[in-house]
Amino acid sequence: MTVPVLSVRNLKVEFATRRATLKAIDGASFDIAKGEVLGVVGESGAGKSVTGLAVIGLIDPPGRIAGGEIYLSGTRIDNLPPEEMRRVRGKRIGMIFQDPLTSLNPLYRIGEQIVETIKTHTNLSDSAARKRAIDLLAEVGIPAPEKRIDAYPHEFSGGMRQRVVIALAICAEPELIIADEPTTALDVSVQAQIISLIKRLGRDHGTAVMLVTHDMGVIAETSDRVAVMYSGRIAEIGPVQDVVQNPLHPYAKGLMGAIPTLAGEDKRLVQIPGSMPRLSAIPPGCSFHPRCSFVFDRCKVERPEPIRHGTQAVACHLYDASAKESAA
Amino acid sequence: MLAFTLRRAFQAIGVMFAVGIIAFSMFRFAGDPVSQIVSIDTPPAERAAVRKSLGLDDPVVVQFARYFGNAVQFKFGMSYQFRQPVANLLMERMPATLELATVATIISMVFGILMGVYTALKRDTWLAKLFQMVSLIGISLPTFLIGILLIYLFAVTLGWLPSFGRGEVVKIGWWSTGLLTVSGLKAIIMPAITLGLFQMTLIMRLVRAEMLEVLRTDYIRFARARGLTTRAIHFGHALKNTLVPVITVAGLQFGTVIAFSIITETVFQWPGMGLMFVQAIQNVDIPIMAAYLLTVSLIFVTINLVVDILYTVVDPRLRSTVSRPH
Amino acid sequence: MTDAVVPRSTEAAPRAGRGTSWLRRALDSDIFYSFRRSRMTMIAAAITLLFFLLAILAPILAVQNPFDPAQLQLMNSRISPLWTADGQAPFLLGTDEQGRDVLSAILYGLRISLAVGVLGMLLAGTIGITLGLVAGYVGGAVDGLIMRIADVQLTFPAILIALLVNGVAKSMFGNKLDPTSMLVVLVLAIGLSFWVQYARTVRSSVLVEKNKDYVAAAQLIGLPAQKIMLRHVLPNAMGPVLVIATINLALAVLTEATLSFLGAGMPETMPSLGTLIRIGNNYLFAGEWWIVAFPGIALAGLILSINLLGDWLRDALNPKLR
Repeated sequence: MTVPVLSVRNLKVEFATRRATLKAIDGASFDIAKGEVLGVVGESGAGKSVTGLAVIGLIDPPGRIAGGEIYLSGTRIDNLPPEEMRRVRGKRIGMIFQDPLTSLNPLYRIGEQIVETIKTHTNLSDSAARKRAIDLLAEVGIPAPEKRIDAYPHEFSGGMRQRVVIALAICAEPELIIADEPTTALDVSVQAQIISLIKRLGRDHGTAVMLVTHDMGVIAETSDRVAVMYSGRIAEIGPVQDVVQNPLHPYAKGLMGAIPTLAGEDKRLVQIPGSMPRLSAIPPGCSFHPRCSFVFDRCKVERPEPIRHGTQAVACHLYDASAKESAA
Repeated sequence: MLAFTLRRAFQAIGVMFAVGIIAFSMFRFAGDPVSQIVSIDTPPAERAAVRKSLGLDDPVVVQFARYFGNAVQFKFGMSYQFRQPVANLLMERMPATLELATVATIISMVFGILMGVYTALKRDTWLAKLFQMVSLIGISLPTFLIGILLIYLFAVTLGWLPSFGRGEVVKIGWWSTGLLTVSGLKAIIMPAITLGLFQMTLIMRLVRAEMLEVLRTDYIRFARARGLTTRAIHFGHALKNTLVPVITVAGLQFGTVIAFSIITETVFQWPGMGLMFVQAIQNVDIPIMAAYLLTVSLIFVTINLVVDILYTVVDPRLRSTVSRPH
Repeated sequence: MTDAVVPRSTEAAPRAGRGTSWLRRALDSDIFYSFRRSRMTMIAAAITLLFFLLAILAPILAVQNPFDPAQLQLMNSRISPLWTADGQAPFLLGTDEQGRDVLSAILYGLRISLAVGVLGMLLAGTIGITLGLVAGYVGGAVDGLIMRIADVQLTFPAILIALLVNGVAKSMFGNKLDPTSMLVVLVLAIGLSFWVQYARTVRSSVLVEKNKDYVAAAQLIGLPAQKIMLRHVLPNAMGPVLVIATINLALAVLTEATLSFLGAGMPETMPSLGTLIRIGNNYLFAGEWWIVAFPGIALAGLILSINLLGDWLRDALNPKLR
C-alpha cells in the first residue's frame, strides 16, 4: 500500500472565545491518495473550510490546532516551525480560495504575482520564471497569455481570475491542492469549466485534491471519494458512488435526498428538520441526534465513532449492532 | 482619465467660487468697511465719498464680480491695521509658513509611517504599546501646550534653541528661506516638531488601522497560502496597499498643516501667514481674514486636485474606471 | 473563511432572575465586560467624572471667585505653590499676577471650558443629526446640496472655521464682546465646525434603512413608512453618534481652549482654561511656571480622559476593529 498524499488523524481545532472554547473540528480523520479527489461536503459551520486551513497551517489565533496529526506524504506537518511550514505552503500544498475577486492583490500585475510565487519556491531566473508563468496561464486556459500576463486583476472576469488563482496554486507543482468552495462565487455557466479544469489538472499532474464545497452536485461530478461533515466531525466517508446511491448516516441520507435529479421527478426533495447546532451549543452524544428521525437513547449520551461498513465508514450507532455481532 | 481630471478641476473651481462668495460676504457685510478707514469724527459727506470711491454703492453682484476679479489677480485690498496691500503682506509671510509646513509634514510622514507599520506588525510588544500611548497623548495634548512645553524645556531651561522667530533668513528672489542658515535651522526645529506631532500621530494611527485591515484581506491570506515570506507579504503586499489611502490622507493633511500652523506660529511668534491671520482676527482686520481664507482655500483645493490625480496613478483600478471603489 | 463561523459572543446561560433582568443583561453585556476589563478606561471615566464634579462644585471648592475683581488683591500676586519655599495658604497652586488663586481660576475655568464644550457638542449634534435626517429622507437635490457643503467643509480644519465664525461675529457685534456673548459665539463657532460627521453617519444610517424590504412593504400597504423607518434609524445610529459625540466633546473643549489661547475666545476677565494658559504663557520666562503649568495639566488631563473614553467606546461598539 502506498503512503497517502494527505493523512489527517483525529484532528481537533479549537477557537478560544472569552466565554468558552469552541470546538470547530472535533476528531476528524481521513486520507487522500495520489491523484485522488476527495470532496468534503457539509453545511456552513460544519468545519469544512477550517479543515482545509488547518492542513495548510493557516489557522490564526484565537484558533489553534488542539490535537491530532496531519501527514503530507508521510511527513508530519502540523507541528512544523512556522518558517518550515511556510516553505510547504505554495510549494507542496496549493490552495484555492472561494472568491477570485478578492484573492489577488489589486495593485500588482498578475504576472508579478505568479513570478513572485515561482521565485519563492524555485531557483528560476526572472526570465525563466516569467516564461513558466506564461506556460501556466496557457495551461489554465487563459487566452493570449503572453499579453495577459501584464494585466491587472481588475481587467479579468471572475472566471478568468479564478483561473489565475488556480495557476498560482499549481505553479510549484504541489502534491496536494486544497480548493475551498472554488466555484461558489462564480456564475453557474463558469462553474463547470472551473471544476473540469481542477479535475483535469489533478489527473494530469497526479495531484491529490481536497475539494471543499456545500454543493453535492459538484462533488458527484468531480470527486472520487466524499466526506460528509457535520458539527466538526466526519459523519460518513466513502467512494462517491456508494455514498450518493447508498448513504448510511441519517444526515447523509437527508443530504443526498436533497439532490434534485432529472430521473426522479416524482420524488419530493427531502428536507432535514431543524438546523445544525451552533458551535457553542453542541448537544452531548451524537451531535445530530436532535434532528435525527432514527434517534434512540444511546445517541443522546454516547458519541458514535466511525465504523467500517463495506467501502464506507460511518459514525452512527445504528450500524454498531451489526459490528458487534460480526465481532462476536 | 482626462474626463476625470476635468471633472475634478471643475469641482475645484466650484469650491473656490463658493469660498469666494464667503470671503466677499465677510469683506462686504461683516462690519462697515468705511468706518474702518475713516475716523470717528469724519463728516457724513466725506464718508459717502469714501463709500463711493470703494464702490460700495454699486449693486452687490457688481461688487462681487469686482472683488472676485481682483482676487484672481491677487488684489485683496488694503489691510485696515497695516495700511498696506494685503497681497504684499501675504507674499512676505508665505515662505515662512510653507517652509514650516513642509518640514513638519516630512517629519510627520517619516515617523508616522515607521511607527504605524511597527505597531501594526508587532502589536503586542511594549514598544508598540508605548507608541500607541504616545499617539493618544499626541492627539489629546493641545498643540499650544506641546509648544509651550518645548519652549520651557529647550529654550527657558536648557537654552539650546530659540523660543521665537525664524532666525537668520536668506533672500532668494522674493522668497526668504531660513533653511540655509544655522540659526534658521535651529529656529525651525521646535515649531516643526510641534506642528508635525499631531499629524504624525494621525498618520501612525491611520497606517496601523489600514495595515491591520489589509492584513485581514483575502489576498493577503492567499499570499500566505502561496508560501510567500512574511517579509514579502508585509513589505511587498501589505505596505503597498496600505500606503495608497495613506498617501491621499497625508496629501490632504498638508492643507490642514498649513491651517494648524496658525496655532504653532502664535506660540513661537513665527512670522508667517497664520500669525498674521490671528492678529487680523484680534484686530478685526477683515481684508486680511478674507485674503487668508482665499489663499488657504486655493492651496487646499490645489492639493486635493493633485492628490486625486496622483491617486489614480498609484491605483491601477482607477485608471480605467472613473469612480472610486469606496 | 466560509464556514468557520465563530460567534463573537455566546449567549449567557439563562438565569432564573426576576425584576432586574435588564440590569443583569447590561452588566453581562459585551460593552460592560470590555469596560471592566480595561483599567485605563475605568480610570479615564473616573477622571472625566471628577472634572465634571469639580466644575459643578467650583463655587463651594474655590477659595475665591476669580471672576470677581473685588476679591482679588494685588498684594497676593505671583505667589508660588504652597509646597515651595514662598508658598502661602490658602493658595494651594499659587497665584497669578493679579493675585488670582490659580486653583480657583482652574475650577471656574473648567466650568467655562466644559460648558462651551458640552453646549458646542450638543449644537453640532443637533445640526448634524437634523441635516443628516433631512438629507437621507428627502434625498435628491436637497441631499446633494447638504452633502456637498459637508464635503467642502470637511476639507477645512474645524479650527479655521471656528476662527472665521469668531472673526465675523467680532466684526459684526464689535470687537469688545461681553464674556457671556463671547460664550455664545464660541458655542456657535464649535457647533458650526463639527456637525459634518453626525450628518454623514445619520444619513448613511437612513439610507441603509431605506433600502430594506420592510420599508417597501410598508409603503405598498400604505403604512407611514417614514415613521416606521425613524424607529429603526435612530437606534441604529445611536452607537456611532455616541462615539462621535464623545470624541466631539474632547474636540470641542480643545477648540475652545485653542481659540481662547489665540486670543479669539474667552476674555481675561472671565477666563477659560485656554485663556489661563494664554495668560500664564507670558510669565513662563520669568520662571513663574505654575501659572501656565496647572491649567495646562488640567486641560490635557480632561481631553485625554474624554478621548480615552471615546476610543474605548468606539472599539467596544465596533467589534471589527478589535
